[in-house]
Amino acid sequence: MTTLPQTTEKKLGLVIDLDTCVGCHACVVSCKGWNTENYGAPLSDQDAYGADPTGTFLNRVHSYEVQPEEGPAQLIHFPKSCLHCDDAPCVTVCPTGASYKRQEDGIVLVNEDACIGCGLCAWACPYGAREMDQAAGVMKKCTLCVDRIYNENLPEEDRVPSCVRTCPSGARHFGDLGDETSEVSVLVAARGGMDLMPELGTKPVNKYLPPRPKDVVPELDILAPYLKPVADTQKGFLGWLDKALEKI
Amino acid sequence: MGFVEPELNLSPKVSDEIRKTTCYMCACRCGIDVHMKNDKVAYIEGNRDHPVNKGVLCAKGSAGIMQVNAPSRLRAPLKRVGERGSGEFEEISWDEALQLAQDWLEPVHKENPEKLAFFTGRDQSQSFTSFWAQGFGTPNYAAHGGFCSVNMAAGGIYTMGGAFWEFGQPDWERTKLFMLFGVAEDHDSNPIKMGLGKLKERGAKVIGVNPIRSGYNAIADEWVGITPGTDGLFILSMVHLLLKAGKVDLNYLAQLTNAPALIDSTEGPNKGLLLRDNDGKLLVIDRKTGKPAAFDKHGITPDLAASYKGHRTVFQHLAERYMSDEYAPEKVAERCGITADRIRAIAADLARVAFDEAFELDQPWTDFRGNKHEKMIGRPVSFHAMRGVSAHSNGFQTCRSLHLLQIILGTVEVPGGFRFKPPYPKPVSAHPKPHYKVTPGAALDGPHLGYVQGPDDLCLKEDGSPARIDKAFTWENPMSAHGLMHMVISNAYAGDPYKIDVLFMYMANMSWNSSMNTGGVMKMLTDKDTNGEYVIPKIIYSDAYSSEMVAYADLILPDTTYLERHDCISLLDRPICEADGAADSIRWPVVEPDRDVRGFQSVLVDLGARMGLKGFVNEDGSAKYKDYADYIVNHERRPGIGPLIGFRGEDGLEEGRGKPNPDQMQSYIDNGGFYEISIPDGANFYKPWNAAYQDWAVKVGIYDTPQPYLFDIYSEPMRKFQLAAEGYGDRQPPDELRTRIKETLDPLPVWYAPFEDENVDTSEFNVHALTQRPMAMYHSWGTQNAWLRQIHGQNPLFVPTKLWEANGFNEGDWARVTSVHGAIVVPVAHMAALNENTIWTWNAIGKRKGTWALDEQAPEATKGFLLNHLIHELMPEKGDGMRWSNSDPVTGQAAWFDLRVKIEPCEAPNHCSPELPPIKSPVGQGPKNLEWKVGE
Repeated sequence: MTTLPQTTEKKLGLVIDLDTCVGCHACVVSCKGWNTENYGAPLSDQDAYGADPTGTFLNRVHSYEVQPEEGPAQLIHFPKSCLHCDDAPCVTVCPTGASYKRQEDGIVLVNEDACIGCGLCAWACPYGAREMDQAAGVMKKCTLCVDRIYNENLPEEDRVPSCVRTCPSGARHFGDLGDETSEVSVLVAARGGMDLMPELGTKPVNKYLPPRPKDVVPELDILAPYLKPVADTQKGFLGWLDKALEKI
Repeated sequence: MGFVEPELNLSPKVSDEIRKTTCYMCACRCGIDVHMKNDKVAYIEGNRDHPVNKGVLCAKGSAGIMQVNAPSRLRAPLKRVGERGSGEFEEISWDEALQLAQDWLEPVHKENPEKLAFFTGRDQSQSFTSFWAQGFGTPNYAAHGGFCSVNMAAGGIYTMGGAFWEFGQPDWERTKLFMLFGVAEDHDSNPIKMGLGKLKERGAKVIGVNPIRSGYNAIADEWVGITPGTDGLFILSMVHLLLKAGKVDLNYLAQLTNAPALIDSTEGPNKGLLLRDNDGKLLVIDRKTGKPAAFDKHGITPDLAASYKGHRTVFQHLAERYMSDEYAPEKVAERCGITADRIRAIAADLARVAFDEAFELDQPWTDFRGNKHEKMIGRPVSFHAMRGVSAHSNGFQTCRSLHLLQIILGTVEVPGGFRFKPPYPKPVSAHPKPHYKVTPGAALDGPHLGYVQGPDDLCLKEDGSPARIDKAFTWENPMSAHGLMHMVISNAYAGDPYKIDVLFMYMANMSWNSSMNTGGVMKMLTDKDTNGEYVIPKIIYSDAYSSEMVAYADLILPDTTYLERHDCISLLDRPICEADGAADSIRWPVVEPDRDVRGFQSVLVDLGARMGLKGFVNEDGSAKYKDYADYIVNHERRPGIGPLIGFRGEDGLEEGRGKPNPDQMQSYIDNGGFYEISIPDGANFYKPWNAAYQDWAVKVGIYDTPQPYLFDIYSEPMRKFQLAAEGYGDRQPPDELRTRIKETLDPLPVWYAPFEDENVDTSEFNVHALTQRPMAMYHSWGTQNAWLRQIHGQNPLFVPTKLWEANGFNEGDWARVTSVHGAIVVPVAHMAALNENTIWTWNAIGKRKGTWALDEQAPEATKGFLLNHLIHELMPEKGDGMRWSNSDPVTGQAAWFDLRVKIEPCEAPNHCSPELPPIKSPVGQGPKNLEWKVGE
């Protein structure tokens, strides 16, 4: 069993805006690209050109339909990766110490040298956020791009997770959720950011901003004055036109 | 003892080098940083400095590494040795391939150039390929716009001198209400996502109009699940409401559009044309004097309400038409599938934001009449639209209707509204007209494609028959600005209007997802005449990948991938400009090909020189250009104007205009792969009328003289075609087309039902069927990509709740879908966020067995399918023995989305039908597993 730090100095994580995510999978593939080339073993693909292609991804986008009581159905795109929980069951279940949470910033990582590929952590994670790499036999998960965010070989503005850097609609935000004054914390407070499945007590660091209310059609009586006819007849319209042109 | 964290290298080396080029995983043209390790592509991310994507990158772009290593890449020139369609080829040398191409093409050039049909697919070098085709002398050239979105381009250009996507964009920084029509998830993909993100950040409102609520429509604040093909009716109903309420920008209409022009009411050959003075200038009535005056006179106040000798203004005609009860919300609601109250609410919201939230920028400007304005008035309403509205037989008029709505609200080229991107605005009069004069052994008399202004500009031979193989610019579709690529094979096969000898195509999967009537096209490509010769005698095809079309060609010229080649994304073509500046970009070989392949454009340069085509040889007959890169740098279209705007002149310090600079390509590479010229403050709004913009455009070479113009709410060229149909003029349409021309070439925007509704029994074929392209795939290309195919490896047919329940469908079920033309059997899935009478699927996921280096049991080949089998390229015969193209009657745009079907449950097979036999792969099959890490 591996112990979690009592507290972490920072709580680095993601804030994902479900009101803005269009479900384009840019984050999914950028993550695959960076993490294939960087931290640990490459993210492999089995049967890559075959009947049942399955590969390792650290971030996936799921789409759910919601049918409200009133109004048309909605489609919510839901990107999901490791939430870097404060009370991470995937860490405490690890028999070798491979799974651990960093004291410094709260990032949950797998030390691949110590990972025996037993898969217990994936079972323990209620979010399904870990994937066993079939080629390397080690557990893979979101590293929050720990090899980008402090990387002195990158320009400072690029020291963010690859998913955040690439997101075209700006739906992904990165920062210290342990600091109430950080931009991400302010955003979470302003938009009612939520934990995913808080009842499980995992205390995820990542937050989701809920979709804003949709299909709230404005009250027609408020808008009605905007469409009040200026005249009843074509001739009356021309009269209005003449007066209106005088005023220009 | 506490847990000790392992030591991490937090600053690993990212790459040996970054090479900056332009993406081509779709047509968006984003800038990319290609990280190299050991001379291999290690990682691709967006270029932060690039005007298009400013650092972001989509799923396709990031997956480029899997495209440059794709096992489907062709490896060497191929010569067909088996029957067409079998996939039996032998690899040959480039010398042999080029000799063969020359042997086939040169006699055609010398004897009758029209016997070559040269059409290119999704290529971004149209100004070059068209230049080659001009040199060859064939009239038969176009790119893919005819089966893509020509309605959007032509509708915009004929109305306001520019359209959406690369022509223009919303003012993302200032707009407060954004309305999106028929945009699936592509077409300006990253800029739209970035723009939506900006709107969301500011809390601006987004209204999505689309039968399908996915992608952008999923995050719209309001979704309007419109019935396909009725967008024009919905829009004109809003125009009706806004006019009745006087919620129109009268000053804008009077000053900047042809609304105050006078329509000739005299019976005869000029009826419906606009009154002009002796210099040919439009006449308006000056409100100050009550007298006629040229529209561009300094200080005049054009009068929208005037009548002059019985001739009334365009504005009065339009008010009369659209204020008619026929456009009342109650009249259109059912047909559009939108309640009357909802139509009112949206129209009112447009009025509220356009007028109550109008604002001013403290920016003086001077208009083309010499009038000075202290401020720029902003109206923060903007629109964007794409194939959903344009790929219908009423698409051109629907696009015009949308532009009418924008214009009456005064939201085009104003702060907060819709903004043009250079080289637009560009009026119809500044575009070329189509050219078609064929001379054996010589070049064509000018560019193939253009904008006709009346019957005199049609491409007809002396006997009145079509000059072009695709029948573009004929009475069937007079304003077909992009040609009709979807009709080329069908017409060539039928010998209508004539037979051809060589079909030469580039990047166009015509035997699969890029054709209507896919099975029929395969037959046309393989059919033989009574002499045992193929009906289409010779087919040359260039592609980078093992696509379905490869097997149907006789000679394959293998292209490179986008990371292995030179390209220019040029202002002569479809550049990467933004509303605040002109910009263009290049591609360059960031990796060298590891196969015996050549960039297609370089091959054309070579073939052009071998045949001595005009523009490709020097006076002494020697080759003018070494390769495409050499052409990009040294070609001059007009003196001082070349494919690229940056680093011109001998010292490389000139921009826009200037002599060729031998170091230009390296300068682009050093500059990150692109070049930008900013539009000065004060010139960047009101561009069609703004003297400062017009002067800037001349300075940088977009025009040679200022080209200010009025928006054509009333389209005179269309009226000229109507006059011909009414019997006026020397050039007369065939009688059977007169009624159609009169009805569909209305000079004011009009709505008519999609033709399919007339051609089929709508009570039997009561369901609309559509396709959309997913954000993470681009046409056929994505499937060969090991990463992207894991995201979209299958395409179920999505069925709305009403039809799902009515058919008793359950998860895992299959359905038979039948149109008047054919039937398919496919897997279904339930989707609630969908127009209740519409079914749809993802475009081009389905693949032919044996192609793209996939396993024959790949889900794309067993459960993936195309709707194309249900769509014919011709409309049904209606008792007169004639069949017309399934296209917009104005532009010839393929009417993909007119399709009507019926759907019924069927037994679950193990394979979609029609099931076609496998094609022998010219490249084998991809590896089983991938562990792709190129670094240490």
